[in-house]
Amino acid sequence: MRSIYETPDRKVFQQTIAKFVASEITPYVDEWDEAGEIPWELHAKAGALGIYGLGIDEAYGGLGFDDCFMRVIIGVEVARCGAGGVGAALGGCNIMTGPLQALASEEIKRKTLPAIMAGREGGALCITEPSGGSDVANMETHAVRDGDDFVINGSKTFITGGMRAKHFVVGARTGGPGLDGISLFYVEKGAPGFTQTALAKKMGWWASDTATLYFEDVRVPASDMIGQENMGFLAIMNNFNLERVGLIATALGCSKLCLSESIRYAQERHTFGKPLIKHQVIRHKIAEMSSRIDALETYLNQIAWMVNEDEMPVAEICKAKFFGTQVYEYCAREALQIFGGAGYLRGTPVERLYREVRVVAIGGGSEEIMRDLAVRQMGL
Amino acid sequence: MKILVAIKRVPDAETTIKVNPEGTGIVNAGVKWVVNPFCEIAIEEALKIKETKGDVEVVLVTVGRSESQEQLRTGLAMGADRAILVTAENLDTTGVSRVLAKIVEKESPDVVFLGKQAIDDDSNEVGQMLAQRLGWAQACYISEFNMADDAKSAQVVREIDGGMRTDKVMLPAIITADLRLNEPRYASLPGIMKARKKPLEEIDGASLGVDLEPKIIIKSMAPPPARAAGRLVESVDELINALKNEAKVL
Ligand SMILES: Cc1cc2nc3c(=O)[nH]c(=O)nc-3n(C[C@H](O)[C@H](O)[C@H](O)COP(=O)(O)OP(=O)(O)OC[C@H]3O[C@@H](n4cnc5c(N)ncnc54)[C@H](O)[C@@H]3O)c2cc1C
Repeated sequence: MRSIYETPDRKVFQQTIAKFVASEITPYVDEWDEAGEIPWELHAKAGALGIYGLGIDEAYGGLGFDDCFMRVIIGVEVARCGAGGVGAALGGCNIMTGPLQALASEEIKRKTLPAIMAGREGGALCITEPSGGSDVANMETHAVRDGDDFVINGSKTFITGGMRAKHFVVGARTGGPGLDGISLFYVEKGAPGFTQTALAKKMGWWASDTATLYFEDVRVPASDMIGQENMGFLAIMNNFNLERVGLIATALGCSKLCLSESIRYAQERHTFGKPLIKHQVIRHKIAEMSSRIDALETYLNQIAWMVNEDEMPVAEICKAKFFGTQVYEYCAREALQIFGGAGYLRGTPVERLYREVRVVAIGGGSEEIMRDLAVRQMGL
Repeated sequence: MKILVAIKRVPDAETTIKVNPEGTGIVNAGVKWVVNPFCEIAIEEALKIKETKGDVEVVLVTVGRSESQEQLRTGLAMGADRAILVTAENLDTTGVSRVLAKIVEKESPDVVFLGKQAIDDDSNEVGQMLAQRLGWAQACYISEFNMADDAKSAQVVREIDGGMRTDKVMLPAIITADLRLNEPRYASLPGIMKARKKPLEEIDGASLGVDLEPKIIIKSMAPPPARAAGRLVESVDELINALKNEAKVL
């Protein structure tokens, strides 16, 4: 569908990313997913195209401007490679650069952002703990002041990029219980007492490394605190907004791929003497998928416009996240039905798309939590 | 030094092309438009020269509807310095080459790059016609280009039937790019933002005082016949018989 928000710049950027994904990513996703990682050089190529630089100052290698529509383009087009893990491995650092740009000291910014922007080094955001990810306000990892330092103890889990990243943004309790006692810290790989263990095999996102991180008396200078003491919860919540926009875009891109794969297969496959696409039941599936995708895309465009207008639509982002993952869930289900047995075999995109629905519906705020937050935003 | 690169807006190779009901052209609706892949290679070569030689201005030109601005913007985002859009509709290759000859006169570039052909009409004519109109040398189907230090000539490798040929051509010349010349870069986001400030001049084709009347009129256009379904044969004899008498390939 043509969007009223289309501009020449966005169109050229969309074509660039689509072309990059089609020629440098899609042909290799099966291989990378089975291998459990992407070649690191891909980060440098993506960095040169500008996919890490939105919202980051030029002084730190960023683009010096932001455009939520371009964020959406990145999410949608990268998702179309059909392997969520590749997208997460490549773009996962985009969820941790925002707090660095907004809140970190000049020294930390200089140390982290240029290398991440250029795709040389990776970054990870560490919020979720073994005790839970939904209830961020009750995180248990804590940091205690000791002279000019803070000493961090605790653990984090499900951290995307946790094994390969060099730079970590970590939430830890510095004050009393609840949301008023949390701060953010910068921790570098190799810091004494900081160790990583890869998580066991996952249902999907194989190409993306996910780790549990342990902090045993990890000492960081007080200047490595990101933002103000005990104000970390707000920073985390603010950061979630754009992460969620990215995940909605991922859901949209995956849904679009489900649809295009379904159409392609339904035209090729013959049953009962005619192509699948000529059977009314299948045609209706295509119609239904397509209408839900249009609705999601329109919703997301409206959200992107509001973000650009500096009116962060928190409730709508929450609603669009669960709406979007349900569109994706529906499309993946119908695509697999259209493929039949062939869709149950590894090596077809729809098999992976189906398997990777849940991580988008859980990560970055689960459907349940999104509903709860949306209703809270209504003042209820 | 100035390099002029002529580019064309064409349907993406992945787009399904439909012929219009009158059979005179294609249906434009729903088509994704891109820079002709061979033209992208031509742009890349000019940019590479700019990078190695330094003081080089890369100017893009296209002839077409105002929508072709999109393709010029892509080229500017890749790194070209400025662009010229000559607006005109329904030109044939003779008209396009006349327009380009006028632009070359105005711009006096040291070399003109084009794609060897456009993937829509596959005419493979504009470069050659342009060379003829200007009285310049032409080197077509180039897979290697090396400009001499004095920029008075270039050594090129041409892909010819059954092999390669290395030529020295005197500049200015018309060069058309073949597939293996280089791998075009992407239009990066920093490049896209810089392109915003680059000049894009629009010239009305009718104002150039050249004959724009097409000399070739498309009488009809038809999609290739649909491929018949395959058939299972019972025996080798039947297969040989079918290949001999029906397909007539043996
Ligand atoms: C592949 C992958 C990558 C990830 N990457 C990162 C990362 O990089 N960084 C990071 O910090 N985290 C990451 N996560 C963690 C993710 O954010 C959490 O999984 C998510 O927030 C949910 O937390 P949880 O798994 O601890 O579930 P829990 O919080 O234990 O919740 C379990 C279930 O209960 C529901 N639930 C919880 N509370 C309520 C309630 N009050 N009312 C109703 N239902 C409720 C939840 O919706 C969920 O369905 C990743 C997760 C995955 C799977």
